[in-house]
Amino acid sequence: MLGYTITQWTFGILSFLAIMFALMVVFSRNPVNSVLYLVLTFFCIAGHYLLLNAQFLAVVHIAVYAGAIMVLFLFVIMLMNLNQDTEPQKTALSKLIAGVIGGLLLIVLVGALKGTEQLQLTQYGHSDIGLVKNLGTVLFREYLFPFEIVSILLLSALVGAIMIGKKEIK
Amino acid sequence: MINGISINMYLMLSTIIFIIGAIGVMARRNTIILFMCIELMLNAVNLLLVAFSRLHNDSNGQVFVFFVMAVAAAEVAVGLAILSMIYRNIKSIDTDLLSKLKN
Repeated sequence: MLGYTITQWTFGILSFLAIMFALMVVFSRNPVNSVLYLVLTFFCIAGHYLLLNAQFLAVVHIAVYAGAIMVLFLFVIMLMNLNQDTEPQKTALSKLIAGVIGGLLLIVLVGALKGTEQLQLTQYGHSDIGLVKNLGTVLFREYLFPFEIVSILLLSALVGAIMIGKKEIK
Repeated sequence: MINGISINMYLMLSTIIFIIGAIGVMARRNTIILFMCIELMLNAVNLLLVAFSRLHNDSNGQVFVFFVMAVAAAEVAVGLAILSMIYRNIKSIDTDLLSKLKN
């Protein structure tokens, strides 16, 4: 197909969709639409993970982000009753300045990364590094202490969120 | 299977998604959209970590993505709790109204 392999076609389509949905997140007026476009962006990124042989990470990504975090966002939007009419808008000048700053940052980063070496992601070596068995071995052998620290962090975030969200702290 | 894709394409894709998130943080006033744009930037970095872990055939990058996901989940939970508290007090989540520290 036009000299490209099926992998390159998949990469191109997924990248295009991810960038388009990311733009829609920023530019759609209704916050609920933004959340739904962000879920679609996450699905495209999960497709990229599958393409990169990170199968378990793709599943975790969909479960954690699209399943848990986005539902939390939707609930908060529902509780605050936000819609298109209550949406605050910045002035045209500050939007223009934000666009210019973003464009300059893009130029700097692309210019810095353009001259780097073109390393191909070839299929040498073992390709099962993204499977549960391999990742679990690495996580519980080399990263056991950070893993426990993360569990304490999640617990403290849970307690903190409940304490902040309570109506009256006596 | 990943043939014919260089790491530079992933570098460009992650850069573009990161910049879209940064523009969103600068151009929007709704605090929830700001949180979503931060998630977008974190995901750009995660994608690049996975791409480099594939390039070097090394699991450590993917384990690091787990930790980033856990920290992002904790951040969103506490952030949205603070946000609902702010909304309860001033009935708005407009960032321009949260300027009490200015003077």
